[in-house]
Amino acid sequence: MHIVVLVKQVPDWDIPPSSFKVDEAAKKVVPPQGVAPVTSQFDAIAAEAAMRIKDADATTKVTIMSMGAATARDVIKQGLAMGADEGVLLTDAAFDDLDSYGAATVLSTAVKKLGDVDLVLTGRQAVDWDSGVTPTLIAGMLGAPVITFGKRVAVAGGTVTVERVLPDSLETVEASLPAVVSVSNELGEPRYPKLPQIMAAGKKQVTTWAAGDLGLDAGTLGQKLTLEALYVPVVDTKVEIMAGDTPEEQAMALAKRLQDAKLI
Amino acid sequence: MANGVLILAELMDGKIAAVTQELVGAAQRLGAGPVSAMLLGSGVEGAASGVTGVEKTYVVDDAALAEYTTDGFTNAAAAVVALADPAIILLGQTNAGRDLGPALSFKLGTAVAMDTTSLEMKDGKLHTTRPAYGGNARAVNGFTSTPAIATVRPKSQDAAEGGSAGVVEKVAFDASGIRTKVVARNVAASEGVRLEDADTVVTGGRGLGGPEGFADIEALAKELGGAVGASRAVADLGWRPVGEQVGLTGKVVSPTLYIAVAVSGASQHMAGCSGSKNIVAINKDPDANIFKASRFGIVGDYKTVLPAFLAAVKKVRAEG
Repeated sequence: MHIVVLVKQVPDWDIPPSSFKVDEAAKKVVPPQGVAPVTSQFDAIAAEAAMRIKDADATTKVTIMSMGAATARDVIKQGLAMGADEGVLLTDAAFDDLDSYGAATVLSTAVKKLGDVDLVLTGRQAVDWDSGVTPTLIAGMLGAPVITFGKRVAVAGGTVTVERVLPDSLETVEASLPAVVSVSNELGEPRYPKLPQIMAAGKKQVTTWAAGDLGLDAGTLGQKLTLEALYVPVVDTKVEIMAGDTPEEQAMALAKRLQDAKLI
Repeated sequence: MANGVLILAELMDGKIAAVTQELVGAAQRLGAGPVSAMLLGSGVEGAASGVTGVEKTYVVDDAALAEYTTDGFTNAAAAVVALADPAIILLGQTNAGRDLGPALSFKLGTAVAMDTTSLEMKDGKLHTTRPAYGGNARAVNGFTSTPAIATVRPKSQDAAEGGSAGVVEKVAFDASGIRTKVVARNVAASEGVRLEDADTVVTGGRGLGGPEGFADIEALAKELGGAVGASRAVADLGWRPVGEQVGLTGKVVSPTLYIAVAVSGASQHMAGCSGSKNIVAINKDPDANIFKASRFGIVGDYKTVLPAFLAAVKKVRAEG
């Protein structure tokens, strides 16, 4: 059983909205000073899903794969510290600013190059673009079925069984391996590596592949979706804070304002 | 020559879902040619007349579509697209749409823009705007291939009103390519008003400190005839069911009155409630992001403010 977990390095999402800045001319986010990029939240949860499968069957091999800048090695190391076996870093100037289709082309080509992959796990969406398109495209390119928004992922006898999170129900879906599964936050928190695991991760192998290693070049990774503009929306609401010396006075002021506005 | 807009019609409790007429409205306003709809499922043909303001409604009614599966709905939609030849396809950002949009884009060899909140034609081409970076940014996208596909956030568009039902055209599809199987479904039991339909929503955040803090939230929601919502942190901690989660990865609500208690107002939460007509925040941190989007606020501890507010609401309502 060989699982590949796809992880993306993104700007830290857990910053105050006031420190979020965009370079509108470059159509790029300006990373906040002194805040290191992190693993996209749902991707760390995908790594957790893989480790739970490995907990149940120690013969499972887990590979952490990331496409991005050279610094994406850090998010691979995090997955290795969680207990994954190997890492693959896909880095090349030709991979910069790809749309979902281009990114899926690179990632699926790399998964094919590994050759013996049974299950690809990803987060439900990357927390930068919030699209949730790439997992399905990768499945399409691999000719494999996809199951999205998993909160529990189990494999047995060549079948993957996934509990899918839907707003008003939980559905259980099965597919034959190989398959692609994206996971949601309801799966649970990713495990926190201990120091010896972090030390051991430093000794694990990370293979680096560039476009040429995958038989790809910038010309074959054309954009289907173009980015025309990126900006920070202006919020012009002005809040009216209720005056009052006691909670009772504040509460009564609010109740009266809401009644005047015919809201209660 | 590809022309016009095809929308995905969806059913809710056997009737055409509200988002469907929102999609028709958005499609009509694009002025990009005739608007048609597709309705996919099992035993759905009778509901087709509920879609109004369209020229044609394509129906794929097949027992293989009784449960949503990615392959089944993708292949059925592709069969309709082959006949309709639209330039633009719009789906709701719903359970079905968020899964089907990407799969259909792959099947058709084109691109999809997810969770869009505004759409316009520029030089004859679709441009969409969508929240990105957890709602902190807006991205405007264009398409280099046809048909352009977009999923549209529920309640972001005014619904089309009036108009007549389209001519129903039945379409067959090949059900042999379905590779996943739904083996079980547990429907969450819900009481009271549905969160998405509620005119008043009272949401509790992590600042409540534990599930017991929701007793006051429930009491206030009940008094106001509203629904209870939860932030993602609260749902992840297991204090409240996932079905109550409001936000980017939960439900999108746009009630007349949204009362956020001990909710910090992270962008991903605001993505689920920023369409509310009036936001009221109760938070002890005067700098909490939630106040930036609010009309009224109280800076204070919910433990003292909430019981006082419930009493005040009862009093002013009793006095008329």
